[in-house]
Amino acid sequence: MSDETQNKGLIARFLALPTDSVPKTVFVAVTLCLVASMVVSAVAVALRPVQEINKLKDKQINILQVAGVYDPNEDVVEAFKAFEPHVLELSTGTFTDQFDATTFDDRAAAADPELSDALQNDPAGIGRQSRFVTIYLLRKDDGSLDKVILPVHGYGLWSTLYGFIALESDGNDIYGLQFYSHAETPGLGAEVDNPRWKAQWKGKKLADEDGTLQITVSKSVPPAGSDYHVDALAGATLTSAGVDNLVRFWMGEAGYGPFLEKLKAGEI
Amino acid sequence: MAQTRRDMLIDPLVDNNPITLQVLGICSALAVTSSLKVAFVMAIAVTLVTAFSSMFISMLRNHIPSSIRIIVQMVIIASLVILVDQVLKAYAYEISKTLSVFVGLIITNCIVMGRAEAFAMKNPPIASFVDGIGNGLGYGLILMLVGVIRELFGAGSLFGITVLQTVNNGGWYVPNGLLLLPPSAFFVIGLLIWGFRTWKPGQVEEREYKIQVVGAH
Repeated sequence: MSDETQNKGLIARFLALPTDSVPKTVFVAVTLCLVASMVVSAVAVALRPVQEINKLKDKQINILQVAGVYDPNEDVVEAFKAFEPHVLELSTGTFTDQFDATTFDDRAAAADPELSDALQNDPAGIGRQSRFVTIYLLRKDDGSLDKVILPVHGYGLWSTLYGFIALESDGNDIYGLQFYSHAETPGLGAEVDNPRWKAQWKGKKLADEDGTLQITVSKSVPPAGSDYHVDALAGATLTSAGVDNLVRFWMGEAGYGPFLEKLKAGEI
Repeated sequence: MAQTRRDMLIDPLVDNNPITLQVLGICSALAVTSSLKVAFVMAIAVTLVTAFSSMFISMLRNHIPSSIRIIVQMVIIASLVILVDQVLKAYAYEISKTLSVFVGLIITNCIVMGRAEAFAMKNPPIASFVDGIGNGLGYGLILMLVGVIRELFGAGSLFGITVLQTVNNGGWYVPNGLLLLPPSAFFVIGLLIWGFRTWKPGQVEEREYKIQVVGAH
């Protein structure tokens, strides 16, 4: 027998072994794992571009929805052109031209030591906070500011909730809050997606006349009054607490505080 | 083989239904039946995964060492489920968001493993494929039945289209909120099993224990 036929027969020789023998067991296990992992990774890589487009579109739909201008019959990409993206430096509350706002990736920035800080005081449970975030401005037809859409995120019970909060141009009245990505308990914590619960946010105020942050998600109306109070979700204490923490964190000094000051002063 | 291909496809719908007779796959039937649209996609996904995993396992059946056969089956099933998940994310993003974890849970759906172990390990590929389709359809049939009841009476709609105008939207129908909660699927499936067994008494299992009258000592 020549070498060639021996080589050719390597797989065949393995297959011819008794099925329950040790070499065959190892052979089957290794081959199957290799084949399965190659198929799975090939599909994952091949489909990634389409999935990325879907994710981006979903995010844009959420921005449209939170700003109250979503129309399912309209083309998302087209409708989204009404929004002005800006990269905001949180500590100063000013826009920066350092990055391209259409491609800046907030989540990647939050993981990049060059662009983010580890938080000492971290009520929202996010670990690292990016120094720069992408925010969106919506203008009225006459060019004056209509709404600002600010991304927020924080830890709930099982997962980090990612969402947007839309504010009126006075920087104090809330227009809406919406999460586009979370993995809270369906039926309980996932009720943050419930339209009736979300509707509560509309018309609430962030801070009182003295400028103290008063907005809260709680089970009972706080002393400051119901203008600053959103009912917590029944059966979802920890998710509600998470939403409370993340809204208060992002609307506070460490979050959009400096930007909101400027917005109130009419400098944007 | 006694069964024809046609029998393999038709049998699991009523006579050998995976949910009502074999009582498999109950867990996911609870989770996805509160809306018909989700139940429908889940039924298709499970049917495809069962059919193709049975086929592949059957193709390899003579080479699968018995000591690692469950792991081999799991690897094949899990890979197929990841494929389904990736495809849904790419082409049906909205639905994949609603199904979220449940797609991953197809891996643990007892029907898929059950058919692999009970049928595919002993039968040729095409027969196994047909058997997988049949069982997937049987599962889907019950899912749709339960889904119709839960969505119609729980939310007053079918496939998201309003049938019974609910009070909240200015109609007359007061929806039964219990039907949207997972336990209601238990009640509905229980009633279905009762109905099936009354219709086909042959499905009733024999009692394991029977009280007997014993003569006096």
